[in-house]
Amino acid sequence: MQREGSAFQGLGVVMLKELSDHLTSVRMRVLEWLVVLVALAALYGAIQEIKDTTAEDPFLFLRLFTTSRDPLPSFVSFLSFLVPLMAIGLGFDSVNGEHNRRTLSRVLSQPIYRDALLFGKFLAGLVTLSISLITLWLLVIGLGLLMMGIPPGAEEIARSFVFLLVTIVYAGVWLALALLFSIMFRSAATAALITLGIWLLVTFIWPVLAGAIAQIIVPPDPRYAALGLQTPGTAVLEQVLARLSPSTLFAETVVALLDPTTRALGPIYLSQLQGAVLGAPLPLGESVLIAWPQIVGMIATAIVLFVIGYVIFQRQEVRA
Amino acid sequence: MDAVIEATDLTKTYGESVAVDRISFTVGRGEIFGLLGPNGAGKTTTILMLLGLTDISSGQVHVLGFDPARQPLSVKRRVGYLPDTVGFYDQLTAADNLRYTARLIGFRFAEREKRIADALDRVGLSEFAEKRVSTFSRGMRQRLGLAEILMKGAQIAILDEPTSGLDPHATAELLGIIRGFKAEGVSVLLSSHLLERVQSVCDRVALFNAGRIALMGSVADLGREVLGGGYVVDIEADGAGLAERLALIPGVSGVEITGLGKFRLHADRDVRPEAAAEVVASHGRLKYLGVQEPSLEAIYTRYFDAAPDPELKEGSRHAA
Repeated sequence: MQREGSAFQGLGVVMLKELSDHLTSVRMRVLEWLVVLVALAALYGAIQEIKDTTAEDPFLFLRLFTTSRDPLPSFVSFLSFLVPLMAIGLGFDSVNGEHNRRTLSRVLSQPIYRDALLFGKFLAGLVTLSISLITLWLLVIGLGLLMMGIPPGAEEIARSFVFLLVTIVYAGVWLALALLFSIMFRSAATAALITLGIWLLVTFIWPVLAGAIAQIIVPPDPRYAALGLQTPGTAVLEQVLARLSPSTLFAETVVALLDPTTRALGPIYLSQLQGAVLGAPLPLGESVLIAWPQIVGMIATAIVLFVIGYVIFQRQEVRA
Repeated sequence: MDAVIEATDLTKTYGESVAVDRISFTVGRGEIFGLLGPNGAGKTTTILMLLGLTDISSGQVHVLGFDPARQPLSVKRRVGYLPDTVGFYDQLTAADNLRYTARLIGFRFAEREKRIADALDRVGLSEFAEKRVSTFSRGMRQRLGLAEILMKGAQIAILDEPTSGLDPHATAELLGIIRGFKAEGVSVLLSSHLLERVQSVCDRVALFNAGRIALMGSVADLGREVLGGGYVVDIEADGAGLAERLALIPGVSGVEITGLGKFRLHADRDVRPEAAAEVVASHGRLKYLGVQEPSLEAIYTRYFDAAPDPELKEGSRHAA
C-alpha cells in the first residue's frame, strides 16, 4: 500500500530536538567526563611508557593509542568498552521513554511518520557519539603533540582518522542494539539491563566461550599440542565463533589499522609467510583491506539491528 | 450539516478478540460528539483508527474526506489529538513543547511564535509559557494539550478522556475551552467514561459497550427512547388539596406524594407553568419546582441493566 508523502518528513526536527536533549542532559555530561578522564589517564600512561622504552619507531604517534602501562589498559581498550557504554546510555530509553512520558501518541499525531521519529532518534544518538569521539580524537592528537613534541605524519593521521570512523561505526552497533531493546521493552530499566547484559556477554564472556566451544567441536590434536602449537582446525573455529561478537570485530579492525605491520587477522601458515619481510609496514589501503570484512560486518550488524527495531516499531501499538 | 468524520462498519480485531465491532457514525461540522462508555469498550481504539495510528481491520472511515490509512499525513495535519493523560517533555518549557510540535507540523518561525502565544493565551497559560512542564498540574497539562490543538489550527479536535482525573474547577475550565472550539466551528470528538460531565457539552453521544455502539443520538432523544416518554416534575409546596388539583392538569398522568408537601408529577409534556399556577390558585406557597432532565447515567444504567457486567458497573460508579 502506497503511503502519501515522505517518510522523512519531520526527520530534521526530531533529530535536532533529540540532539539538543542529548547534549544538555546530565547523563551525557557524566558519560563525557568519564570518557575524557579515562582517556587522559590511559594517554598519560601511554606517553610515559613511550618516553621510557621506545627509541625509534616510524609510527610513534599510533603507539599513543595502543601502548599501555600497568596498571592502566591502553587508550584503545578503554574506548572499546566505554564506547558501547556511552551508546547504550544514550539509547536505552529513547523509545520506551516516549511511551512512559506519554508523549509518543501526541508526537505521532502530528503530520509525521514513525520512520522519521526512529531515524531521527538514531541519527541524533550517532551524531552525539560522533561529536564526543571527534573531540576525544582531537584531544589525543593535541596532547600527543604537546607531550611528545613530535608531529604526526600524514599516514598516522590518516590511520587514526580511519580508526575514528570505525569507532563511530562500532558505537552505531551498540546504539542500534540499545534502540532495539528500547522498542521491545516498555520498561527503560529492563531495556538497559538487557542491553548491558548482552554487552557483557559479547565482550567478556563470548571470547572465552568461543574457545571452549571450539575445543568441544574440534578437539585439539595432541601432535600439535606436543609442539606447543594450536590445532589449526580448532583455532579457525574459535576465531569464526569469536567474530560473531562485534567487540571482536572492532578489536581486530583496530589492530589492523593502528599497527601497520599487521599482515593478517587470524592463524597463518608458515608457507604463507614465504617471501614476506616481517615487521615491514603495510600501506594504509592494504591495512584497511585486511580489516574490510570486519568493518563491513559491523556496519551490517548495525543495519540489521536497526531494521529489526524498525519493523517492530512500525507494528507496535502507540497507546500507552 | 456536512460530515467531517464518516465511519462505516469500522472494525478492529486483535487476533481472535474484537476490540471494535462494525461501528458506524458521523460527526458533523461544528458538532461536539461524545464517545461514551466504560474503559476497554473500544473508544481509544476507534480514535486511533481515525488518526491512522493503528490499522483498520475492516470497514471504512473518512476524516475530512481523507482515508487515514492511506493519507495519514493529510489527516494528522488537520486533526488535533489530545491523548488520554497527555504527556509533555518535562525538561522543556510549555512554549518549547509547543515549538517542537509546531516545527513538526512545519510552521515557519514568525507564524509559529504568534500561534503559540495566541494558543497559550486562549487556555490561560500565558504566564506559564516559560515554565518547565514538570511543574505543571494535571489540569494545566490538559490545557496545554488543548493549546497544542488550537495552535495547530485543527478542524477537528479529538479528545480522549479530557476530564479524567481533574478536579471540578479544572473540569469546568476545560469544558469551557471545549465549548470555545465549537463556537469557532471546530468539530469535537471526545471520549469519556464520566457521563455526567460530558452530558453538558455534547450535542450528540454514542454509547459504547463491548466494542459496539449501543445507542446514538442527542441526550434528550436517548432519554425519551430509553427511559420512556414523558416528563417528571417535582414540586414542593403546601396548599389544600394540592394533589388533586395537580392531577387535574391536562397531560398529567399521575401524581406521586413523595413526602410531606412533596409531589412528583408524571406528564407527557413540561407542565411546570400549569403546576405553578395551581399552587398559586390554591393559595399555597411554592418552595420548589423542577423538571428532571434525562440523565445519561440513568439512560446508561437502564439500558445496560439487562446485561450487567463488571466493567460496566465500574463505569457507572466512576460517573456517580
